[in-house]
Amino acid sequence: MELLLPEFGLVIFQSIAFLLLMFLLAKFAWKPVLAAIKEREQSIDEALNKAELAKQEMTRLTAQNEELMKSARAERDLILKEAKTLKDSIVNEAKHSAQTEGAKLIEKAKIEIENQKKAALAELKSQVSTLSLDIAERVLRNQLQDKATQQDLVANLLKDVELN
Amino acid sequence: MDCSHVFEFKVKRLIVVFTLFLAFFSVTPAAFAQVDTAQVTEDSHAQPEAKEKFDIGKFALHHIADSHSWHVIGHTYIDLPVILYTKAGFVNFSSADFNHDDDGKVVVERNGQRFVKMHEKIYYASDAANEHGQFLALDEKHHASNERPLDLSITKNVCTLILSIIILLVVFINVANGYKKRVGKSPKGLQSWMEPIILFVRDDIAKPNLGHKYERFMPYLLTVFFFIWFNNMLGLIPFLPGGANLTGNIAVTMILAIATFCLTVFNGNKYYWKHIFMPDVPWWMYIVMVPVELFGIFTKPIALMIRLFANITAGHILVLSLICLVFVFNSLYIAPVSIAFAVFIGAIELLVAFIQAFIFTILSALFIGMAIEEHH
Repeated sequence: MELLLPEFGLVIFQSIAFLLLMFLLAKFAWKPVLAAIKEREQSIDEALNKAELAKQEMTRLTAQNEELMKSARAERDLILKEAKTLKDSIVNEAKHSAQTEGAKLIEKAKIEIENQKKAALAELKSQVSTLSLDIAERVLRNQLQDKATQQDLVANLLKDVELN
Repeated sequence: MDCSHVFEFKVKRLIVVFTLFLAFFSVTPAAFAQVDTAQVTEDSHAQPEAKEKFDIGKFALHHIADSHSWHVIGHTYIDLPVILYTKAGFVNFSSADFNHDDDGKVVVERNGQRFVKMHEKIYYASDAANEHGQFLALDEKHHASNERPLDLSITKNVCTLILSIIILLVVFINVANGYKKRVGKSPKGLQSWMEPIILFVRDDIAKPNLGHKYERFMPYLLTVFFFIWFNNMLGLIPFLPGGANLTGNIAVTMILAIATFCLTVFNGNKYYWKHIFMPDVPWWMYIVMVPVELFGIFTKPIALMIRLFANITAGHILVLSLICLVFVFNSLYIAPVSIAFAVFIGAIELLVAFIQAFIFTILSALFIGMAIEEHH
């Protein structure tokens, strides 16, 4: 059939035309078009990657904030607790020291009282002795007529005086 | 490092390629000669006066064939230049000189040589007319046996070819300018029409078949895809800018198939050739396997050629035949039916126009992919 026989003229024209077309399109159309498409795809990919990274960074930051908040809260609790124990210990110590101080003061007062008592007693003893000596002298003066007996009597009297 | 084996391999490859290439051309005429036995009756021109029956076959074949003039409407033609390479060098004249005769009855004399045109083929005219008034010697099958000059005329198909190239260049340079104008921006206008198709060719045709080396073959695949598609569409337009049956012409599909063939053969790597000449079968199987594989190198592009040609031609014949039903039944009442069917087939042809472009491109990519595939 004639349809199946390629005409030589058209074969020549088609070969030249197709090669020319391919060359021209490759140079002026396909190269810039494919390059532009590729470039755009890359920039889109890049942008998406960047967005993804930003998202990750965001979640990381949020998590970090959460962590910080948590630790801050824990620290605050810790500080509060410490302050409380410190206060308690200070109060206790104060109480304790006040008690000991009080006890010491009481002790000191007791000793003082004892000393005062002793001094007063000594004073009293000496007064009593002078007084008794005075009395005795007066008595003796009166009764010194009988000096010797009197002196014996005084000595006996003095022996009997029990100092307490 | 010793690279001589690579060089040797390349030389061998070139020898193989050229042998096969020559073999292809020596085989084709024989292959086509066989098809010739399925000759349609073309004897209607023998009795041009006895116009009794409308010959639908002849009409359809006339319309899908190439022509030296471009029919506009009625008796208006655009006469295209005839360029012949004859024994006495180049001869050119207008096809109007044949007076729209297509039966070899009008002789044009140029440079002392006489030409006649029959069935859109130009022959050297015989000295005297035969009994039908044709200046041709016809054999028993009514084929002219006269010698033919080399016909390099700007025929209807060549015009369409040039037109389609202009359209393709205008469209795609426009698209490329769109990318330059709007760097990194979203596409607009023509650019956004074409970008999905370019991406379709890249992502669904080239990448799956060619792997990471797809970029080298993108210009070819894109050109072949859009060339076939645009011409298929142009062929569907029944009036002037279209109307030619370019992608349904065997010469055109042959060149496209040869382009794929050359790309396959020249890019074939050692694994590809090893697969053909030393397949992984026992040696005694080579007697069968090697010829089969060698044969396969040629059947693939031939199938490409025939598939595109046959699909587009068949579509044209179908539409023409449906329209011709009016004349076959010789009744106007059949017109609504035939037009309804023609519209239906026309819609399918729009789909076929795209599908055939897609199939040609994807098979080309597949064949090239098979040739460049790296094993391990």
